[in-house]
Amino acid sequence: MQSLELDSGYKKWWRSNQQKIAPWLFLFPAILFFTLYVIAPIFQSMWYSLFAWDGIGAKEWIGFANYIELLDDDRFYTSLKNNVIWLALFMLAVPIGLFVALFLNQTIMGMRFYKSMFFFPFVISQVVVGLIFSWFYNPNFGIIGQIWNFFGAEAPSILGDEDLVTYGIIFAGLWPQVSYCMILYLTGLNNVSQDQIEAGRLDGAKGWRMLRHVILPQLWPATFLAIVITVIGALRSFDMIAIMTQGGPYGSSNVLSYFMFETALSEYGFRMGYGSAIAVILFLIMLLFIGYFLWVMYNDEKRG
Amino acid sequence: MKSVLKLGLSSLVASALFASSAFAGDLVINYDDPNQAPKAAFEAAVEAFKKENPDINVIVNINDREAHKTAIRNFLSADAPDVTAWYPGNRMAPFVNAGQFEDISDLWASDENLSKNFEAIKPTMSRDGKQWGVPYSYYQWGIYYRADIFKKHNISEPKTWDQLLGACDTLKENGITPFTIGTKYLWTAAGVFDYLNLRTNGYNVHNDLTAGKIKYTDDRIRKTFANWQQMLDRCTFVKNHASMSWQDALAPFAKGEAAMYVMGNFAVAAMQDAGLKEDQIDFFQFPEINADVARAEEAPADAFFIPSKAKNKADARKFLSFIARPEVQGEWNKTLRQLPPNSKASINTEDKFIVEGFETVSTASGLAQFFDRDAPAEMAKAGMEGFQEFMVKPDRLDAILKRLDKIQSRVYK
Repeated sequence: MQSLELDSGYKKWWRSNQQKIAPWLFLFPAILFFTLYVIAPIFQSMWYSLFAWDGIGAKEWIGFANYIELLDDDRFYTSLKNNVIWLALFMLAVPIGLFVALFLNQTIMGMRFYKSMFFFPFVISQVVVGLIFSWFYNPNFGIIGQIWNFFGAEAPSILGDEDLVTYGIIFAGLWPQVSYCMILYLTGLNNVSQDQIEAGRLDGAKGWRMLRHVILPQLWPATFLAIVITVIGALRSFDMIAIMTQGGPYGSSNVLSYFMFETALSEYGFRMGYGSAIAVILFLIMLLFIGYFLWVMYNDEKRG
Repeated sequence: MKSVLKLGLSSLVASALFASSAFAGDLVINYDDPNQAPKAAFEAAVEAFKKENPDINVIVNINDREAHKTAIRNFLSADAPDVTAWYPGNRMAPFVNAGQFEDISDLWASDENLSKNFEAIKPTMSRDGKQWGVPYSYYQWGIYYRADIFKKHNISEPKTWDQLLGACDTLKENGITPFTIGTKYLWTAAGVFDYLNLRTNGYNVHNDLTAGKIKYTDDRIRKTFANWQQMLDRCTFVKNHASMSWQDALAPFAKGEAAMYVMGNFAVAAMQDAGLKEDQIDFFQFPEINADVARAEEAPADAFFIPSKAKNKADARKFLSFIARPEVQGEWNKTLRQLPPNSKASINTEDKFIVEGFETVSTASGLAQFFDRDAPAEMAKAGMEGFQEFMVKPDRLDAILKRLDKIQSRVYK
């Protein structure tokens, strides 16, 4: 008798609290792994950045010495400058993606094929994109070399010239990024309400004004997403640099993420503390953007 | 490219491989070169060892060289093999300092072959007065050149700096770039620097510089750079070298657009793969610059080590003593086309590069490992970037040297 009572008591508790508990149960695996693999390492990096440590020996507490050294490190400023260039130029992916999407958003024969061709670069791995472009850029046998030679000029060595190298890599990086933005806009365009376009047309709007005042506002969610993804993509531009130049020539195409990898994990690195300090700086820069994005999203939600 | 590309993936594969658990009587060996000749040479030695020791169950893991460099940091502490391939000089320092390599001075002392026939290379294998590994192979560096082009333009092998500059003048008059090089991965530039420095200032200055006892702005080092400047002016290097790997740089050499290459002996195989015949390539020692300086050479060695967490150290010692034997080293390096560190080992007298290499190395007054193995990692990286920058923008020399001094003063505290 007693056990039955207990049992029904438990069931009763479950029934009345089911609604509250269920979401947490579903969230539990995600929260667990997010904490373990994302949140915890952030604080670990902050902790490690206060040590001099080669990854295998004993850790030596040095306080903020890593950060002070960073402020006096030319490579840090080169990387920071390149990160700013990346951020600015990578943003081009958003308008170009929009333009391509508008261009592809029509119904003619074989449109699906063209769309998939434009989407193709996003499907290829970044490593392959980097490799292909480093061949393009080769002044001896690459396409750039061929074109220049055809006109009798001497091809520039884009990846070997400190003034061109970053732009060369960004250009390569834009290719897949544009197709990503394009896809975001294509799905956005599907949801543009036909009624409003009709209404706009009746009021005599067309061309640029139609785009500016009727279509673009409706594409705001897609635009926002494209910007967020492009900013993050620019800040963590790592694979392209690793494949195309390894930060060279003599460190002139370095960015913070690759600089961090190089100091902490590459063949000549294994300064875990210093690498962590770079990671923390990169994290703070990202935090600025992420904070802003979250704030925008929060306001959007409140309004909606 | 290869380093980062393969790094992530292969370290995953590696950790999966090394997870296989070992039992007593098992001998786990991690080797780091899956290329055809090195792999064949290694496997032949392992087979011979197995035949002699049928009771030992040898388990071999062969990993890519770049992946091995990353993986070793994990497997030494997590799941150590009994024997692992690694490099001597400063490259073994972090593991020696962290107590992850076994001190095998006892083996060097008790094994007659090891104690007698490895005199020349023993200092490289030593740290804190103890020995930490056994070398199985090394190779010479020098200038590889297109013998057919030299012959066509009546150039003989330069013995002195002036002769080299003269040869360069002749080559340039005939529209040939004297030197090819690919500095994308930096170390090739260090080879040129090392030789210029060894010939200008000698072995002790090389050691003092890589040990942090001489500043980069020192007059002696400036003199090395002055010679390099002369080399850049009169012995031009191929353009665009900053974006080429050492293999990419073989293309102009194979096409006959460039005639010389400061390289290690491993390049011969690659040159032949690029379509050059044996008699089209030849070798000469880097010419003398300062007659007062005794000739020293670069001769990086590859070696085997026992991790201190190895489970089967007795058999591991047996294996190291086995691979040190003259006949084993002879066979191994015949397949590998390199030089045996054991002075009693025979060499392949039909291979002209090996014969010349042996002559070069065995008569040298000192053997340097290489800039990036003799200097600590961080200094090596910064130094090599500086060399590359100097080759592209020679007018920045002052700024480069000052920067290197700054890094030096921090690295060697």
